[in-house]
Amino acid sequence: MLNGSTFIRRELMIRIVRAFDDGTLETELDQIPIKLRPKNSVASRCCVYHDRAILKYRLMALLGVSVEDETDESKSLSAYYAEKAWGGGVAGHADAPHTPLSVCGPACSGCPDAKVVSTPNCRGCFARPCVYNCPKKAISVVGGQSVIDQSLCIKCGKCITACPYHAIVKTTVPCEDACPVGAIRKNEHGVAEIDFAKCIFCGKCFAACPFAAVMERSQLVDVLAAMKRGEKLVAMVAPAAARQFPGKIEQLLAACAKAGFGDVMEVALGAEMTTAHETEEFIERMEKDPKTFMTTSCCPAWVNLVGKHLPALVDHVSLTPSPMVYAREIVKAKDPDAKTVFIGPCVAKRSEAKRKDVDYVLSFEELGAILAGRKIDVIACEPWPVERPANPTARNYAKSCGVTEAVLTEATAKIPGFKLDAKQINGIDRKTCAMVKLYAAGKMPVNFLEVMACPGGCQNGPCSLA
Amino acid sequence: MEKIKVEICCGTACYLLGAANLMSIEDEIPAEFRDKVEIEARTCLELCEKENLGGAPYVRFNGEEIMAQATSEKVLARIEELVGGAA
Repeated sequence: MLNGSTFIRRELMIRIVRAFDDGTLETELDQIPIKLRPKNSVASRCCVYHDRAILKYRLMALLGVSVEDETDESKSLSAYYAEKAWGGGVAGHADAPHTPLSVCGPACSGCPDAKVVSTPNCRGCFARPCVYNCPKKAISVVGGQSVIDQSLCIKCGKCITACPYHAIVKTTVPCEDACPVGAIRKNEHGVAEIDFAKCIFCGKCFAACPFAAVMERSQLVDVLAAMKRGEKLVAMVAPAAARQFPGKIEQLLAACAKAGFGDVMEVALGAEMTTAHETEEFIERMEKDPKTFMTTSCCPAWVNLVGKHLPALVDHVSLTPSPMVYAREIVKAKDPDAKTVFIGPCVAKRSEAKRKDVDYVLSFEELGAILAGRKIDVIACEPWPVERPANPTARNYAKSCGVTEAVLTEATAKIPGFKLDAKQINGIDRKTCAMVKLYAAGKMPVNFLEVMACPGGCQNGPCSLA
Repeated sequence: MEKIKVEICCGTACYLLGAANLMSIEDEIPAEFRDKVEIEARTCLELCEKENLGGAPYVRFNGEEIMAQATSEKVLARIEELVGGAA
């Protein structure tokens, strides 16, 4: 979704690609914040100097640097750039961030803690449904205005629904609200901080923060540098790519090839293998114990959630590798020296890539920046001559229910009349998290549980364009 | 009367920076103006380089007038003005 946060991120990415291609990135990096916010220009925050400071941190994150790890404030962006020794043949994944997210303290607004408050819309009415509906007797009317005693309020929201004037509202801390696992909290300085021991890298805080204080640690420049070194990079494009860019998926593949990737492929081809193996695994598990259940393994945020928060479910997660991992195998079988680049809409894939030896991950935004910087329009590209298109069920992996349908189709073809008792968790939030905890405690109602961290599936991932 | 020509830049830079939201503009034009306007989705007009990247997405009217940071509201309002002026 386009807003001020996505706009500035994409603008900076495109500037980086252009400067890199001009060979001027190292010298230009430190100029970008000043160029974008010259003195006397209109500031987005208190002043252009604050804006510039944050732009510097944004560029740091785009260089892959963790903003939290900054020790020397005087260090220039060009120094960070030089330090990474790009061009020196540093292996991509050795340099890949363990923690793909980073919070920029100076950008964080330190939103006030969530509370239920009465606004001047209150007319101090006669019926006073807020007062009558409050289970804690926290509301009184003083001087014709409702007042909520914060020491008594439990934020149940009954007054909010009761008020006919919409005079009572709940304020929120968007990042804390969005985090399904309570991993982001304000620290002693009142600034948001991610507890990486809890974080599942779903990217919900990244998408939710209205101040764009949560940043992704990018591998954009790593990829550009590897291309420049002449390494063969293979673009593995996720099924969620459909409808992200104008044009067909084959045209997007062609655009990737034109942009400098040595080869291109649809990750959906890997999804076909995931379907085949996952179906087999499911049938096997059911034969062993008809009362057991299995849950999907393709969503990395879900796998992280189970690993970090739901130990009781660990044995139920399918052992079948994700489409990305199979796609990597296909690439490596063809050319063991090729470097793999997963291109998708996902933050958590960055953590999975690190574990599974995928060299680089780019978001659709970052790919878009490369295409924009190199003046490649997807709709102007001739479709890439794929050996064969991936089958439709595999291309549907990016949608909620997609995996379920793929496994069901495959299983029914093998065993006519096969029964799959499936349920889908369409988006991980606190509510579904609590539900899954109940499942983990032995109350699983089905034998096949598909979980997608993003509502609607990967196509609505935190780094999607559409 | 010549039709008003509206070129929407659908180059990747403009697309990323907001032109994606302009794709449905043809359906938003009031019925009485429809035959007076010609909307064209164009590949990169290179305004993001000649002008300023931050000005994307760009729309060009009648081959010369450039609108930066175009939104469907702004484009529709300008179409209305141009149609009014031409009538």
